[in-house]
Amino acid sequence: MVQSLNQLKESPSQTAGPYVHIGLTPNALGNHGIYPRDLGKSPIRAGAKGEKITITGHVRDGAGMILRDALVESWQADAAGIHPAPNDPRGGADPNVTGWARFIADFDSGDWQFDTVKPGRVPAPDGRLMAPHISIWVVARGINIGLQSRIYFEDEEKANAECPVLQRVEHRERVKTLLAKKTGPGSYRFDIVLQGEDETVFFDI
Amino acid sequence: MAESAPARGPLVGRDRFWQPPAYTPGYKTSMTRAPSRPLVALGSTLSEETGPVFGRDMLGEKDNNLIENFTGQQAVGERIVVHGRLIDQSGRPVPDALIEVWQANAGGRYRHKKDGYLAPLDPNFGGCGRTVTDAQGRYEFLTVRPGAYPWPNGVNDWRPMHIHFGLFGSGFGQRLITQMYFEGDPLIARCPIVKVIPSQEAIDSLIAPLDMDASMPMDALAYKFDIVLRGRRQTYFENRKEGL
Ligand SMILES: [Fe+2]
Repeated sequence: MVQSLNQLKESPSQTAGPYVHIGLTPNALGNHGIYPRDLGKSPIRAGAKGEKITITGHVRDGAGMILRDALVESWQADAAGIHPAPNDPRGGADPNVTGWARFIADFDSGDWQFDTVKPGRVPAPDGRLMAPHISIWVVARGINIGLQSRIYFEDEEKANAECPVLQRVEHRERVKTLLAKKTGPGSYRFDIVLQGEDETVFFDI
Repeated sequence: MAESAPARGPLVGRDRFWQPPAYTPGYKTSMTRAPSRPLVALGSTLSEETGPVFGRDMLGEKDNNLIENFTGQQAVGERIVVHGRLIDQSGRPVPDALIEVWQANAGGRYRHKKDGYLAPLDPNFGGCGRTVTDAQGRYEFLTVRPGAYPWPNGVNDWRPMHIHFGLFGSGFGQRLITQMYFEGDPLIARCPIVKVIPSQEAIDSLIAPLDMDASMPMDALAYKFDIVLRGRRQTYFENRKEGL
């Protein structure tokens, strides 16, 4: 026998199920009266510094069906690449950036959309700069453990080429699944494909 | 904002043999929603090590009282207290963390436009609640015991009584959704969603025991449910030049 490491195991994940909106976006579902408003309507407030952008997308399964019951959360740095969190060692984030948002598919079209500012470059642990990105976490019925991915931007070619995280994607043709496509001034499209052809790169990070 | 020194440092990697795999044919919906390519694995960065903080000041007085937080009138069902601690893999408390819960009513019916189960809605039960952990990572909810309900998967599959839990830690990479089950429920062992979890030991860690010492005489039984989030590495040698 050896000493015990005294490390606990992480609680096992279970699916968010089909009724995730009850708990996380009750007002969007029509269940009013419990919370004054749903959390995470926007990752920014008026006056946030940086380039204002709108990202639209959907979540699609391996059979090509657009999910109506998916919920996505995002977390990002401000335009200077600093996270608005007390444990970002650099501090001094833009007070008008909250950094976190939660969005659900429109019950009819299946699209989600959110407005934010394009984040700045955040240093990786080795000091190299990651390209601008928004971290996302996707849950839904049928997803046993939340899927981690990142939204990068196709018009950040130089930063993307230098990004140590994107460089870790072994199958280079899959990098494009992490790039939001520019659809107009300040607007991007990012579809999340859970399985199959064009399957989005998901991380274990 | 956080009242104690915020946790920093690299996150411990997820144990993918302990956690459920994505593709689990017993739970049919997973078959088209599971990534077929390997996850790209790498060490955490600031993007996962930091995360949103929710102040206690955003909470309403009855946010953690599901019996009364919908209309102010009492919901129908067995009154229970659910309480416990949010800790990380090192056993350290996770303070100032948002916990969100949702559940079916005492009859097993959800207040959701997609739920058409026979059991009626309770006009006084909304089915969600939230709280923020204290400095020791403790939390509590007052609610009614949710009913079991049938769901379309196999011909006759039923969900055991359960409460959905959404957890934030101090980093976005700790984000977790899980479900709490109740000691003694014979449906746990028969549930295809429970069975996506690879080991009985891991399943057991989601079953809350009846906690008579915490129950309130003549008022409510109690169940204790501790939740563990990913830990942070405890050593701080700064030689991470090789990779991430
Ligand atoms: Fe459920």
